[in-house]
Amino acid sequence: MIPELGHFSLVLALVLAVVQGFVPFVGALRGDSRWMEVARPAALGQLGAIALAFAALTHAYVVSDFTLANVVENSHSAKPMLYKVTGVWGNHEGSMLLWVLMLALCGAGVAVFGRNLPATLKARVLSVQAWIALGFLSFTLLTSNPFERVANPPLDGNDLNPLLQDPGLAFHPPLLYLGYVGFSVAFSFAVAALLEGRVDAAWARWVRPWTLAAWCSLTGGIALGSWWAYYELGWGGWWFWDPVENVSFMPWLAGTALLHSAIVVEKRDTLKAWTILLAILTFSLSLMGTFIVRSGLLTSVHAFAVDPERGSYILGLMAIATGGSLALFAWRAPVLKAGGLFAPVSREGGLLLNNLLLATATATVLIGTLYPLFLEALTGGRVSIGPPFYNYTFVPLMLPLVAAMGIGPFLAWKRADLAGVLGRLRIAALLAVVVALATWYLQNGGPVLAVLAMGFAVWLLAATLIEWAERVRLFRIPLGDSWRRARGLPRSAYGMSLAHAGLAVCMIGMTGSSAWKSELVEAVERGDNLEIAGFTLTLQDVETRPGPNYRSTTGIFEVTRDGRSLGVLEPERRYYPVAGRNTTEAAIRTNGLGDLYATITEPPEEGQDWTARIYYEPLVPWIWAGAAMMMFGGLLSLADRRLRVGAPRRAARQNTRAPVAAE
Amino acid sequence: MTRKRRRLYIALAGLLCIASAAALILTAFEDNLVFFYSPSDVQAKGLPEGRTARIGGLVQEGSVEHLDGNRVEFVVTDGTHDLSVTYQGALPDLFREGQGVVAEGQAGEDGVFQAREVLARHDENYMPAEVADALKESGEWRPESGESPAEAKGQ
Repeated sequence: MIPELGHFSLVLALVLAVVQGFVPFVGALRGDSRWMEVARPAALGQLGAIALAFAALTHAYVVSDFTLANVVENSHSAKPMLYKVTGVWGNHEGSMLLWVLMLALCGAGVAVFGRNLPATLKARVLSVQAWIALGFLSFTLLTSNPFERVANPPLDGNDLNPLLQDPGLAFHPPLLYLGYVGFSVAFSFAVAALLEGRVDAAWARWVRPWTLAAWCSLTGGIALGSWWAYYELGWGGWWFWDPVENVSFMPWLAGTALLHSAIVVEKRDTLKAWTILLAILTFSLSLMGTFIVRSGLLTSVHAFAVDPERGSYILGLMAIATGGSLALFAWRAPVLKAGGLFAPVSREGGLLLNNLLLATATATVLIGTLYPLFLEALTGGRVSIGPPFYNYTFVPLMLPLVAAMGIGPFLAWKRADLAGVLGRLRIAALLAVVVALATWYLQNGGPVLAVLAMGFAVWLLAATLIEWAERVRLFRIPLGDSWRRARGLPRSAYGMSLAHAGLAVCMIGMTGSSAWKSELVEAVERGDNLEIAGFTLTLQDVETRPGPNYRSTTGIFEVTRDGRSLGVLEPERRYYPVAGRNTTEAAIRTNGLGDLYATITEPPEEGQDWTARIYYEPLVPWIWAGAAMMMFGGLLSLADRRLRVGAPRRAARQNTRAPVAAE
Repeated sequence: MTRKRRRLYIALAGLLCIASAAALILTAFEDNLVFFYSPSDVQAKGLPEGRTARIGGLVQEGSVEHLDGNRVEFVVTDGTHDLSVTYQGALPDLFREGQGVVAEGQAGEDGVFQAREVLARHDENYMPAEVADALKESGEWRPESGESPAEAKGQ
């Protein structure tokens, strides 16, 4: 009964989406406020209905209702409760339900918080949002219905893929989706603005918080996914440049560009058409990601079930959304009035450079991801493009971006004095050179690109700190006054500094672990010693331990350094009897500057040795620390009162109080 | 700075970006495209010397041999032709006899493929697409050994 209710409310949501997509839109055309007002209850109702459907599916998982095909295929009664719940989105059908839930959440968010939006704009935004919902709700209902029953319910289910039974991966999809789907709001605003033929600062004030929220969540989702790959897959890597990773990274890159270009629209009323285009492209890249992951078109280590029907449905949706909005853009963008002028060396110029580089970088990732597909379609040859391609293309584009990021925040709007700014950044440049030379010396000339990257990262970090210090006039005025200034700074200023510093920290971690990682793969027996990066690991014992729905074989390694014991590492091999699969659980010991990482593999045959795989990964924790800083910086900026559109008057007052401007 | 001048600057900067990206991409393509070969392709055309390639097919039943020093040797087959592969290191969890596998590496002098990497899948029911195609081509495709709807990474 409950699954039928869930199915029914999903259909109800579809009907509400039709209403929301049609009535307010016509209302906006005719200027009829009563028709436009339909949007709000429809959006809320849609959210309610989808939430109900989601709750129904969750209920089926929690009580292990094996009359539902989806539950049979992806759950088991002995599975821990956490993974029963997260198993709801650990499969295609359930994750589509999560997708539409997030979409409805965004729509309802606009409806609720958009009280002071111009009525026609709000009605149009919500209509566009409903069209997207219409596409994905019908996709879910027609091709991936999670509420399908089975004729002969089995006694138990097939269990969730053991690799997915992990907290990192349990929360990675919701964050990732919130990011993907969150960009739909920017898209809807862009389409609505094109329909209205008007983009102004107020429009950007609306779009930016939504973009920022989506960006934060996508940052978190990507970081969590990479962290999971690092500790769960047992190969010690955190990024593979795999198509499935790339498709979440491209919207992130484009979203980052959008975030920055929206600032220009907001503060200087220029770069409008470009910002609109970016908003369209960012969401299109999200859609493309969804399409690629679900169509099985691309070869990927994480590749999905191949279902041509689903693939072509999403391709159709994508063609309509992207093609339609780009056509609208081509038709309506010339209507947008151009805004203020600026010199090439100015804050606007810096942000434009940021956008150009990010867009180019996105394009290289796009080409790397799609090229194999085109080649196969054209010649039938199968190729793959691995990490070296991206190291040659993506990294060289990122270095100038990082260099510019150090300078950008110092530039004044309209026209800036580049020589003066560079003079203020002498210390940062000096530090960067010193660190690069030190790295060069310590790592025996180590990969040139890595030495450069360390220098650039330190440059950005130092420039960010100097910028902050100048704002509070650190050491120029008494510390107490600096403290008062620091407290008076807007949160968005802190957000920017934190996010920029986060990127620098992230870059140091990425460089360290990719360039100077040590690896040891060896057959071991009890009592064997392994030496890596100054540590000695001794295999003391191998134990078998029971788990809730698996049993594990655990290797116990004692770690010593210079004869001093540092504790034990216990890598596991888990066997999940229901799924009939093994997983490798890495044991990781970190001191903040590097990780000692160990996994074991079962002896290939009876009576043989164990294979141990030991890594020393320098600086790797900095990757996730940096990502967390970026995400937190974004959230801080989001919490800035002046960004909240509900408080324009307060914002004006605060501006006069704090003489230092944000951004 | 007139509007026209600004537009010119933006266009130039954009062109510069596109040109450098294109140059980077073309050079990177030169060295970093990895082509896929089935054992039959290897038989017919041979593997390019000194270049990284991917090979794939089914791991032949009973062919996996563990040698000294953590080395593994196995035979990859597409039903019509076989190819010997050696690999040093720990095999991924989902490596099994009779199942699809993709290996990246180079052709050795003795005709044995030296894999630098054996690719793991998240899901053992999933057949690598290249392998599925290679098997279809050689007429060895048995759907029951291949795909079943399964998910990975929860996207």
